[in-house]
Amino acid sequence: MSDAKSIFLKDATVNAADGDQRAFINKALGGYYTNRDLQKARYRDWERARDAASMAKWSAVNDLANVLEKFVANFERNGGVVHWARDAEEARAIILKIAEDAKAKAIVKSKCMTTEEIHLNDALEKAGFGVVESDLGEFIQQLRGEAPYHFVFPCMHVKREAISELFTKHLGTAPTNSPEELTMIARRHLRQLYIDADIGITGANFLIAETGQISITENEGNARLTAALPRIHIALSGIEKVVNHLDDLSVLLPMLATAGAGQPMTCYNTLYSGPRKKGECDGPEQFHLVLIDNARTRILADPEQRDSLHCIRCGACLNVCPIFKNIGGLAYGTTYQGPIGSVITPHLRGLKQWNHLSGASSLCGACTDACPVRIDLHHHLLHNRRNATKESPTLFDLAFHHGFTFVIKRPWLFALGGKIFRATLPLLQKLPLPYMGAWMKTRDLPKAPSQSFRDQWKNPNV
Amino acid sequence: MSDARSDIFARIREALKVKAPKPHLKGDGAPGKTSTLAKPWLPDGGETADDSLTILAEQLAKLKGVFIRVPDHAAAAKAVAELSANKNWKKVAYHGDALLRPIASALTCETWEADASFDKQRLEGCDAGITTCESIVAQLGSILVSSASSGGRALSILPHVHVVVAEASQVVPDLGAALALAKARHGDQMPSMLSFITGPSRTGDIERILVLGAHGPKELYLILVG
Repeated sequence: MSDAKSIFLKDATVNAADGDQRAFINKALGGYYTNRDLQKARYRDWERARDAASMAKWSAVNDLANVLEKFVANFERNGGVVHWARDAEEARAIILKIAEDAKAKAIVKSKCMTTEEIHLNDALEKAGFGVVESDLGEFIQQLRGEAPYHFVFPCMHVKREAISELFTKHLGTAPTNSPEELTMIARRHLRQLYIDADIGITGANFLIAETGQISITENEGNARLTAALPRIHIALSGIEKVVNHLDDLSVLLPMLATAGAGQPMTCYNTLYSGPRKKGECDGPEQFHLVLIDNARTRILADPEQRDSLHCIRCGACLNVCPIFKNIGGLAYGTTYQGPIGSVITPHLRGLKQWNHLSGASSLCGACTDACPVRIDLHHHLLHNRRNATKESPTLFDLAFHHGFTFVIKRPWLFALGGKIFRATLPLLQKLPLPYMGAWMKTRDLPKAPSQSFRDQWKNPNV
Repeated sequence: MSDARSDIFARIREALKVKAPKPHLKGDGAPGKTSTLAKPWLPDGGETADDSLTILAEQLAKLKGVFIRVPDHAAAAKAVAELSANKNWKKVAYHGDALLRPIASALTCETWEADASFDKQRLEGCDAGITTCESIVAQLGSILVSSASSGGRALSILPHVHVVVAEASQVVPDLGAALALAKARHGDQMPSMLSFITGPSRTGDIERILVLGAHGPKELYLILVG
C-alpha cells in the first residue's frame, strides 16, 4: 500500500466518523446550494450555457500550441515578460530569481492554487523572503500551518471560535465570535502589507489569446491590491488556462461564479495586459508571467481524459460530492481536492501512488452534473481504475482476472463450481468470512436454490 | 539542453497528434462558434434600455450596492455632497476627469486628484474614491472600470468607499456587449487593467457567512446621470 493511500484511509475513516464536523460542513454548504440554484434559475438555458463553456475550453485545449503561441505574442507586445517552467522546480527557481534580482523584502500573495501545487511559500521562506497570503481563507490557513481544505473555500472547516483564538495568538487581537469583526481584523492587518510589499504574486483564471490579457477572479479585492501596489507583479499559471477570445469570458466568468459560489459574478473580475502603461499613474513597473507545464501535457496526451484540462477550478464538484462532504478536503492529501482532484492527481503525481483516489467515489455522477464545462468526471475515475490495473496489476487483480477467464471459458467447470457453491453455502454461513464481518452481523446469506439458473433455463417445467 | 519553452511546445504538439472527441452537447450545436451576438441562454440583460435599467437596479440591490439615479450633472454633484456630509467624509480622492472635477469642487471636505500625484499611503487614508467607468453591465450589476477611466489601478479598490459617477448611456445589456465595447474603444491599446466590479468587496471565508468589505471598499455607490 502506498504511503499516500494508508494516510488517506486513516484520515478518511476518522473524519467520516466525526458527526459534528460533517454537520458543520453541510451547514456551510447549505447556503451555497440555495444561492447557486437562485442564480442558475436566472440563466435562460443553463444546459446551453454549459455547452458554450465546454466548447470554449475544448477549442482552446485541442489547439493548445497555436492558441498559446498567439497569447504569448500578444502578452509580450503588451510589455509583459513570459517565463516557461517544465515543472515545479523550474517555476520556483524562476520566481526566486525575480525576487532576488529585485532585492525584495516583502512579498504579498493572492490566492493561487498553482503556487500551492509547486509549494512556493516554502521555497520563498527558505530563501529568506517574507511572504504573506492575503486571501482571508488562505491567510487563516497560513497562520494555522495547514494546507487549504477546499481549493475555493480554503478554511470552510474552521469554526469562528478557532479563528478568534488564532488571531489572538498571532495578531494579539481581542477575542470575538463575529465573522464580521474577524474579517475586519484581517483587513486592518493586511492593508499596510500591500503598501509595503515589493512583489505581488497572483494566479490567473484565464489567459486570453486574442488580446494577451490575463483574467483574475476574486471576491475580496486582495488580488486587485496585490496587482496594484507592489512594484513587481508575478503571475503563475498553468498552460491550459488559455482561451481563444475575449468574448469567451462573457460565458465563463458568470458560470464560474454561479457554479463555484452561487453568485451572479464574483466581485472582481480583472483583466491585466501588462505593467503600468505610459500615462498611467500607478501599477507595477514589471509584469512577469510564469507558464508552467508540471504534467499538464501528460493529461493532454490522454485524449480520453483531455477534457479534465477544461477545469476552471470553480469547486462545484467538491460542493456536491458525498465523499468530499464526509471525509473532508484535508484527507485527500492533494492540492486539488474532490472529484477533479481525484481525476488529475494520479496524472500529476503518479497513478501507482494515487490510484486509491479513483475509489473515493460512489460513482453517483453528481460531480459530472455539476461541472459547468462538462468534464466527464465520474467516468474518468473509472478510466483511472482501469489504467491502474493495466499499468501495474496487483496479485489479486491477476489471480481474479486469470481465474475468471479460465473458468468462464469452460462451461462444465463453471457448472461444477456452481454446484459446489450451492452445496457448501449453508456451511459458509457459519464461517467468519474475511471482509464480511460488518455485513454479516445483521444479515443472513440467502438460501441456495436447488437448481442453477442454467438448469432452470434448460428445463423450464421442472 | 533545449530550453523549457521549446520542450513544452514539443510535448504539446506530440500530445495533440491524437484527436479528442468533442464534448457531448445538449444543444443543437449552435454554441461553439464564438461571436459577440447576444447569447439567449445566459441571464437576461434586457431588450430595451428601460428593461436594462430595471434589471440593473434589481441586481445592484441584491449585491448590496447603492444605486442613485439623478436627472443631470448638478444633481449628481448634489448627491455626492449629501453622501459626503451624511457619512462625514474627511478626505476624498477622485479621478481627474471633466465629469468629476465639478463634483469634487462642490465637496466641503479635503479633496485630491489622485492621478495627478499618486501616493498609495495617502490613498489608503481616504474615506472615499470617486471614479468614472467604461460601461455598466445590466445583466450582472457589474461596473467596468479601467486604469484609464478610474485614475489608475488603486483608486477604485484602496479607499474604503467607492463612488462611480456614470451616464445612463453607458449601461449595456450584457457582459459580451461590455467586452465588445472595450475592444472597439481601445483596440490593441487596452488599458493595463480592466476590472468588472460587482458589488462591494466581500468574503464568505468564515463559515460561509457573507461579510462586506474584505479588503476592498465596504460600500459601493453608482450615481447614474440621465
